[in-house]
Amino acid sequence: MSTTDPIADPIASPAAIDDDLPARPPSALSIMMRDRRAFFGLVFLCILLTAAVFAPWITPYDPNAMDYVMLEEPSWSHPLGVDDLGRDLLSRIIHGARVSIFVGLSTVTIAGILGVAMGIAAGFYRGWIDTIIMRYIDLQWAFPNILIAVYLVATFGTGLTNVIIAISLAYLDDFARVARGMTLSVKEEQYIAAAHATGCSDWRIMARHILPNITAPIIVLATVSISNAILAEAVLSFLGLGVSSDTPTWGLILAEARSFISRAWWLGVYPGVAIMLTVLSINFLGDSLRDLLDVREVRDIP
Amino acid sequence: MTGYILRRLFGAAVVMWAVATLVFFMLRIVPGDPLAAMLFDTGDPAAAAELRIKFGLDQPLIVQYVKWLLLIVQGDFGNSIYGSRIPVSQLLIEAAPRTLSLALLAFFVAVVIAIPAGLISALWRGRPIDHGVTFIAFLGLSMPDFWLGILLIILFAANLGWLPAIGYEPMSAGFWPWFSHLILPATAAGTGFSAIIARMVRSSMLEVLKTDYVLVARAKGLSPWRVVMGHAFPNALIPVITVMGIAFGLLMASAVVVETVFAIKGLGRILIEGILNRDYPVVQGAILVVSFIFVFVNLLVDVLYVVIDPRIRVN
Repeated sequence: MSTTDPIADPIASPAAIDDDLPARPPSALSIMMRDRRAFFGLVFLCILLTAAVFAPWITPYDPNAMDYVMLEEPSWSHPLGVDDLGRDLLSRIIHGARVSIFVGLSTVTIAGILGVAMGIAAGFYRGWIDTIIMRYIDLQWAFPNILIAVYLVATFGTGLTNVIIAISLAYLDDFARVARGMTLSVKEEQYIAAAHATGCSDWRIMARHILPNITAPIIVLATVSISNAILAEAVLSFLGLGVSSDTPTWGLILAEARSFISRAWWLGVYPGVAIMLTVLSINFLGDSLRDLLDVREVRDIP
Repeated sequence: MTGYILRRLFGAAVVMWAVATLVFFMLRIVPGDPLAAMLFDTGDPAAAAELRIKFGLDQPLIVQYVKWLLLIVQGDFGNSIYGSRIPVSQLLIEAAPRTLSLALLAFFVAVVIAIPAGLISALWRGRPIDHGVTFIAFLGLSMPDFWLGILLIILFAANLGWLPAIGYEPMSAGFWPWFSHLILPATAAGTGFSAIIARMVRSSMLEVLKTDYVLVARAKGLSPWRVVMGHAFPNALIPVITVMGIAFGLLMASAVVVETVFAIKGLGRILIEGILNRDYPVVQGAILVVSFIFVFVNLLVDVLYVVIDPRIRVN
């Protein structure tokens, strides 16, 4: 960064400007690579994603295949050990990654699209639409997202679809809140007045002029929300309110391990390591994005 | 100030009413009608019709709603329809102290760790100890609370044998039985909260250390201890308390989840078991009581701000 900004300080010598002008601004990827934590996060997530996508081909065993060798310690044939039914823990954890990633991405997509639409509509139209949406946001705001997800599963029942609906709805209000706040400030910009003056429809203004200008905080919020949604899925599975009892998920593996942890520590440790590394990686990435996009609207608290 | 508190009180009452209404209608509108499925799964239409009349389910929904609301206000949540069929209110009254003492101990442990950690981190900014604290805080934020509970059981109960792995003892059984059963779950539930507070103390202290009044305090020759404890820290605490208020909900949610790990029959466990047993009166009651605690804590925090920071009174 130059200390003499040519716009703020027009008398700055041309030489100084020449020196400071890079041929091309550094790409987002290259900046993130320089940030060691973001680099770690990116690498881990790439590995995890690959493992999840190709899980059926790369896992050493069928995640549900039982064996008479039970509660066996980590060894060469079972790198992370074996659970109480003789199932290979590594294979189960890799398959669990598929559920975590799928739930994380799908819930944030749903919550993001609906929440941003609600937030923009509330901020743009104000009036009764805004009042209703804000009342709803305030109501959810009184409770932590994970608790709302539990409430919703209590109502809809368990299973993959219901878990996705519950987590999506639980995180909807965050997106609506941020989108509304940003819309309120963007709406005052001159280019929106110009768009009005040239006869753009409301729809066109919201979709083509407001939305592109509020994406930065939304991207950061979405990143952070993916890790929170993954945590929420793990909690629901752990509590027995998750996807199903025959799909291996990280939370479920930990729930099943609970009775055996005094004899088989690996069952209680490794699935949690998987959750933690995933969440940590996404959070590192989110932090880096926050700095990169210069976003202050998204709070740290999940 | 009284006006402000009254307004907040009214707002809290509205939120509780909204939650109760949502709970009532959602459990009845969702396809499958769980209440009906449970009550009328007898295969005998005559008996089902009789039950329907007995429970008032033949009346219009709005009438049922008003009657239900009147009962709820009196603390009557009906009876559990699973197992012992005891009144839901009795279940909840037994469970509430467990959850509350878990949450309060978690809060205490978290604050005792977070404030010194945040202070040290801010005062030795950029040094290895600052990086260490920041890293641990990041780790604490990324660890699922229930998994931390499992790790603590593996270490302190299964391997070292210092503390009991599961269960709860009331305070009336003595301090140590109560404390020894609760310290592991409290640590598990408080870690995320602690990490948030430590980071907040750090950034708030760094902000305050830059101000002119700290410079003046230094310039007039006060000892570093007096500067930090007498001038900087009290002022750095105001934003920290704000964040504590927001994050306390998180801690309560953690307590609700961690109860399952340590087999503590608190409100969270009651709620989860209710869901698993499809025991809808229990689910309703637990949701309402847990929500009530949240709304009450939010109210308390709002009032606390006014006491601490008089500027809010104006708005």
